[in-house]
Amino acid sequence: MNEQDARAAVRQAIGQVAPDVDLDEEAETARLRQDLELDSLDFLRLIETIAQATGVDTPERDYAQVGTVKGLIDYVAAHG
Amino acid sequence: MGEFRMPALGADMEQGKLIEWLVKPGDYVHRGDMVAVIDTDKADIDVESFEEGVVAELLVEVGTTVPVGGVLARITQTPAAGVAPTGRTAPVPASAPVPASAPAPATSGSVSPPVRRLAHSLGIDTGDLHGTGRNGAVTRADVEAAARAAAPASALEKPDADRGRSSPRARRVAGELGVDLAAVSGTGPQGAITETDVRRSASAVAGTSAVAEPAAVPEPPVTEPAAEPATAAPADRAESLRRAIGTLMTRSKREIPHYYLSTTLDLGAALAWMAEANATRPISARLVPAALLLKAAALAAKEVPEVNGFFTDETFRPSSAVHLGVAVALRRGGLVAPAIHDADTLPVEVLMDQLRDLVSRARTGRLQRAEMADPTITVTNLGDLGVESVFGVIYPPQVALVGLGRVLEQPFARNGLIGVRPAVTATLSADHRVSDGLRGGRFLARMEELLQKPEEL
Repeated sequence: MNEQDARAAVRQAIGQVAPDVDLDEEAETARLRQDLELDSLDFLRLIETIAQATGVDTPERDYAQVGTVKGLIDYVAAHG
Repeated sequence: MGEFRMPALGADMEQGKLIEWLVKPGDYVHRGDMVAVIDTDKADIDVESFEEGVVAELLVEVGTTVPVGGVLARITQTPAAGVAPTGRTAPVPASAPVPASAPAPATSGSVSPPVRRLAHSLGIDTGDLHGTGRNGAVTRADVEAAARAAAPASALEKPDADRGRSSPRARRVAGELGVDLAAVSGTGPQGAITETDVRRSASAVAGTSAVAEPAAVPEPPVTEPAAEPATAAPADRAESLRRAIGTLMTRSKREIPHYYLSTTLDLGAALAWMAEANATRPISARLVPAALLLKAAALAAKEVPEVNGFFTDETFRPSSAVHLGVAVALRRGGLVAPAIHDADTLPVEVLMDQLRDLVSRARTGRLQRAEMADPTITVTNLGDLGVESVFGVIYPPQVALVGLGRVLEQPFARNGLIGVRPAVTATLSADHRVSDGLRGGRFLARMEELLQKPEEL
């Protein structure tokens, strides 16, 4: 998947899980937990939403790679 | 003649506002059927009937604020009430096409995760269903029947039945802002329209987008939103929630002689087991550490009754059931702590499923009365936000609060060697009128022991 599609999917998913987050105001280096304040259940819903939209499954061992918005976009782009 | 009254949805509640009737005069209601939606400081709360019979009269109009105990409706008992009618003898309410006969909202324990997911995807509230499975469990067929039964009913009822789902709050705001819900694209679960969607739509006057997922999902009859302006906007609710928390916590600190304990729980075994379990599961069935910790807390509470129950009228009444309150931080500020019923009896997968469901509904502001009223002990988990330990304030009339911090890799020494393990700091705030440090310590020690055998949780 190209980066543009991955970015769109990630932004869409974050919008669903945390509608109050304004991604236009957040840098892509923003950390999902500390900066966007997603808890572990939000995070699970986020990768579930992304998996439904893109087919990219994020196994638990890869959670560390997807700690930021950018990390998540890169991961989806690489695996989609 | 029975009466349906404004319930107390928490120790701090004095009044509530009726925002939706889920029944109409002539409807037959069973004990446990959802009857009305009440707006409190914390959330919109579905309230069930404690009576069985025919709704004779709705005494209060939507939009009215009523003190706790105030009569909202009259319910006439019929001779047939005692012989477990199926509901076919009376007009079936459009909002609850399949009558429930459970004595209480049977949302816990009786619905398996796959059925729950199916129900969720079809927009069916399993709490409204009469289960035909073993021990009254709600089956897939029950859910599908409810979905089939509901679709034509709502189609008859409303010409625009094909529009997406929406929350009462969203409908109310839509009414105030003059937004046509059919033109709003929903971003909530299953494409449901949230209040945010409505407000976004209202501000973007021109661009009318299509409904994201036009689901033929039944809706409670839309009672015309009250024309009164006093409806709580999010900011108002955040403010009133903050006030309510302040009042309750002040009372707690004034009345409850707290004592505090802390211990470090070794999570090596639990997290290794979880990682292995999660490796073979789809994302929707994966566990998070909190699920294991909650289960351990529930089991420990069952074994140490001095931390599980209510202190009222100068007397402690231990609870034989463990209804585990889970403190949920709301993204707009404040928190609520609704219960997972009988958490000690739930397999950890079911508990996880219920946790996700509960947190999601708490955040969208839609909970059930029993979830608000029943917690016998509460757990607050601030670990996700990076806090190492939390010493909480007990929710009256409960007598204990468990605090969980962040899972950290920590050095430890065993047999003269230094190693590293994942660990979490667990704390207990408990009521000295009921227990001492010895019993409180026992509770935390049991949590630690239970977590060493995660496969048995």
